[in-house]
Amino acid sequence: MSNPVGQAVVWLNDPLNWTNPGGVLDRLGEHLGMSAAAVLLGCLVAWPVGLWLGHTGRGGGLVVLVSNVTLAIPTLALLTILPLTFLGFGRPAVVVALAVFAVPPLLANAYTGVRQADPEARDAARGMGLSGGQVLRQVELPLAVPYLAAGFRTAAVQVVATAALASFVNGGGLGQIIRAGFGLDIAAGGGQIIAGGLLVAGLAMLVELVLAVVERLVTPRPLRPARRANRRAADAVAGS
Amino acid sequence: MSFRLSYRADPGNPWFSWQYVRDNSDTILAALRDHASLTARAVLIAALVALPLAVAAHWFRPLAGPILAFTGVLYTIPSLALFALLAPYLGIGAVTVLSVVVLYALLVIVRNAVAGLSQVPPDVREAAEGMGYGRWGRLLRIELPLALPGILTGLRLATVSTVALVTVGVVVGRGGLGQLIFAGFQNNFYKAEIMTGTLLCVLLALVLDLLLAGLGRAVTPWLRGRPR
Repeated sequence: MSNPVGQAVVWLNDPLNWTNPGGVLDRLGEHLGMSAAAVLLGCLVAWPVGLWLGHTGRGGGLVVLVSNVTLAIPTLALLTILPLTFLGFGRPAVVVALAVFAVPPLLANAYTGVRQADPEARDAARGMGLSGGQVLRQVELPLAVPYLAAGFRTAAVQVVATAALASFVNGGGLGQIIRAGFGLDIAAGGGQIIAGGLLVAGLAMLVELVLAVVERLVTPRPLRPARRANRRAADAVAGS
Repeated sequence: MSFRLSYRADPGNPWFSWQYVRDNSDTILAALRDHASLTARAVLIAALVALPLAVAAHWFRPLAGPILAFTGVLYTIPSLALFALLAPYLGIGAVTVLSVVVLYALLVIVRNAVAGLSQVPPDVREAAEGMGYGRWGRLLRIELPLALPGILTGLRLATVSTVALVTVGVVVGRGGLGQLIFAGFQNNFYKAEIMTGTLLCVLLALVLDLLLAGLGRAVTPWLRGRPR
């Protein structure tokens, strides 16, 4: 059969391609495992920093700088450089590389989330005698939840997408299936390449959909409509 | 390996080496040229496709939702998956790389151009209409110039991310500087080669971004001196 899509369907319908060692199920597990670790690491670093910067109102320039610089760094470069540092070859280096790309959306949204908190609410909390830390924990943080959720979703989708590139350095994940297909030569591996592409793309969209639902669930009802208007305003400012 | 490379006492594995850059200047320059030309072509094609799309979305409101949704879905698809879906049809080489990066740049430019066009104040639009401008005259003389900052932001973002994205073209053998990075990884993890490719990549993104920023300043003289 010369039609690559037909070959892809055949490949996907072979149960051994799913259950073999290094098959789809193994690769899916690796993919989700390293993505989850990377997003977690990104959250642990970016959220405290972003919330603190937002609380003090300083460091807006830093947030923009971080996102601009990471935009210019090729994923491939980080994936190949980090294993050669003290991190060594293997999962930790890949997870750190992915986490670097999770940081900008997490950081920017944490920062904006705290900054956009109603100044009157902040003043009222201060007037009630709350300390700086208490204001952050009890007033600003709850008001920033919609932004934190939006940042989490963007970061997670990005990491799941980028994790496919871990296959360049034999880091595992679903990308491995595509790379193996390219290794076979395009005529023989075309079906496997497309099958891998469909799996990676499908996973990314699934994560996007699931997290969109989660984002809606964790956003308190009163914050929903207002949030949309605010975020559009924030986008407009960021875009100018 | 037990034997030594001829003229060096101990090559070692430094993070950066002028020796490497001198010895391989041809390869490095070729990779840089390829990278720059792929980026330039991609952004140019993307801009030529994106601007009419943005104008269409601006003129016919019902089209705006589907156009933005389509480009949004495209953006969710991981780059490697897009390579995988296109390569069996477009083959191994520059056409596949160009198609993938154009699709990504498209979204960024369309988004920002639509935002720029929709930020034109309604009173300005009405004034133009009152002065007798037709649809095209208004677009070319009023709306596009006022939307230029938004369009240029889109172009700059698209250019910087395209420079980074071209490296993924390694998977079809045309990754520009990515070719250097990947070869370094495969050549026994030769750090100097990886680092040279990476630095040139970041530098190229920076230079192109500054060029576009300069161009933006040149074509929007009325914004100069105004506090941002």
